[in-house]
Amino acid sequence: MDLLDFARGPALQVGLIVFAFGVAWRLAALLLLPRMQDRSKAREGAPTAAIASGREVLRRMWPQGAFAEATRFSVINGYIFHLGLAIIVFGGTPHILFLRDLFGISWPGLPTNIINGVSVITFASLLLALARRINDPVLRLISTANDYISWAMTFLPVATGLLAISHLGARYETLLAIHLLSVAAFLVWFPFGKLMHAFLVFVSRGTTGVHLAHRGAQL
Amino acid sequence: MGKPVNVAAAVDKFLAVTGGNLATYVESCLHCGQCAHACHFYKVTRDPRHTPAYKLLPMAKAYKAQRSPLSWLGLGRKITEADLAEWEELIFDTCTMCGRCTIVCPMGIDIASIVAVSRQAFAAAGLGPEDLMAAADNSRDKGSPLGLTPQKLQDRIEWLADENEVDIPLDKKKADVLLTVSSIETMKYPDSIVAMAKLMNHIGVNWTFSSKGYESTNFGYLSGKPDIAKIMVARIVDAAEDVGAKTVVIPECGHAFGVMRWSAANIIGRELPFEVRHITEYLAEAKRQGRLRLKPMPEAFTYHDPCQISRRGGATEDARYLLEGFATGFKEMTPTGNFNWCCGGGGGVQAMGRAADVRHQVFKIKMDQVAATGTNMLVSSCSNCRLTMDDSKAFHKWPHELGSLVEILADHLDDGSADKVADAAE
Repeated sequence: MDLLDFARGPALQVGLIVFAFGVAWRLAALLLLPRMQDRSKAREGAPTAAIASGREVLRRMWPQGAFAEATRFSVINGYIFHLGLAIIVFGGTPHILFLRDLFGISWPGLPTNIINGVSVITFASLLLALARRINDPVLRLISTANDYISWAMTFLPVATGLLAISHLGARYETLLAIHLLSVAAFLVWFPFGKLMHAFLVFVSRGTTGVHLAHRGAQL
Repeated sequence: MGKPVNVAAAVDKFLAVTGGNLATYVESCLHCGQCAHACHFYKVTRDPRHTPAYKLLPMAKAYKAQRSPLSWLGLGRKITEADLAEWEELIFDTCTMCGRCTIVCPMGIDIASIVAVSRQAFAAAGLGPEDLMAAADNSRDKGSPLGLTPQKLQDRIEWLADENEVDIPLDKKKADVLLTVSSIETMKYPDSIVAMAKLMNHIGVNWTFSSKGYESTNFGYLSGKPDIAKIMVARIVDAAEDVGAKTVVIPECGHAFGVMRWSAANIIGRELPFEVRHITEYLAEAKRQGRLRLKPMPEAFTYHDPCQISRRGGATEDARYLLEGFATGFKEMTPTGNFNWCCGGGGGVQAMGRAADVRHQVFKIKMDQVAATGTNMLVSSCSNCRLTMDDSKAFHKWPHELGSLVEILADHLDDGSADKVADAAE
């Protein structure tokens, strides 16, 4: 078994298993914790928990006007690399083929030059995010190893993917194997670090949505 | 030698209070730092330690070391005495639990809730500003943080009733409404008590104060002492049940409203057998029913939203509704409503002498907001905000006037005397 076979086979399989079980375990551990029953009377006209949480998930997709200026960089740059990652993963033909093998469904891919362009933009956006984390006094203070590891685990698949499509630095097979290994590392890290926010965002926004809607706070 | 710090008691408390909701918040923080820009303490000091997300760290540390699904890995560092000593100022002196950071957080983390329960852990460890703790102890032992005993309340009410020729009922046997006080008003702004009495009498409701349960501020809650919080809530609940009140009305105090309206039932462990209304909510209801008639007020002024009534209380529009069609000179400040800046003294910070300097810095935000409106009067519906702003007004020699919403309403009550005079002339 050469490196590419290992990356395509056992490495990705382990990554996917750890990802699936890890995410399920983290979510179950959190959702099964006891939650206080709120005995205060809800404000008249307060929406149901389902509506309140769904509304909050959507409302926080964009910051409120009063904070638009102060949060402009992190919001715009955040959207760029999140959307960039989504386009690369769900729009790149090799990725669609990989997902087809996993889930049995596929869809048409985007042209290679678009995926390449998006990859370069995402690469730059992630570098900007890191530079800001290192240079901004607030971010520097509140950052932990989790933040930097999660950044690296996100950045490496983008960087190695770009190297693979550019055939830079090594044989294509070697570059592809490294790219796949970085994806496996991403999947293994995902449940243990802050990448879990992709799932937790619904729980935490929903929790606050219910909390504030109960009071009739219209934010 | 500093005070002995009981780290184990703090950890136990952190773990006891971290249920599903708070664990979700602790797990979800992205460390994006956006909350710093919503915090008045960060805005005026530019000290990164005042970033609200940074205030989650003691609870996060306790949770991750001993409770999280990953704690078995043993990677989480345990909370130390040095941690608690460092964060004491951040949890007490520089957080008013105003919840402005909650609305900017992309993950929707309610940092104010975390600070409120973190205070319990710090208090269990023996930490917290002495004057805040003394205010809580005074509430338990004397009935109010400022030493307003039942006897003093009675004396004060008799004096105010005589002086202002207004009926202020105390200890009626039965009443539909139990009105409560904040000792700040009673001791510092007694006109506010008179104004509330005039308004209740004008509305024509059967109401009373009770010497059994009168103090609605809850320094037990603010200081992180749940036993005292429960005593303070129970006094009001007992008094309301005694008189058969259908409604308990909270005076101009944001935190008093927040605790009684949203936390009291959880504190005593059962649903409250009455409604709880902030005075602005109650008066707005009366106005909707045509029971509150007001003469026009042309003077220009602006309105400061108390955080616990507007942003976290859901009653933002009630103050506006009260002013509508009556206060023709009212001008909104920017930002306003749910986005308004905190006064800097909520969450018990007003009672902390050592936080005075940073409070005065925070007031500059309000001074700028008022200046931009071009008005000379700043009105609020929270006596704690008013006291905070009064202190800073004196510190900065700010030339503008501070006012209370209930006082301007009471000063403009339309009792129909103009009609009576006109009728008599005919």
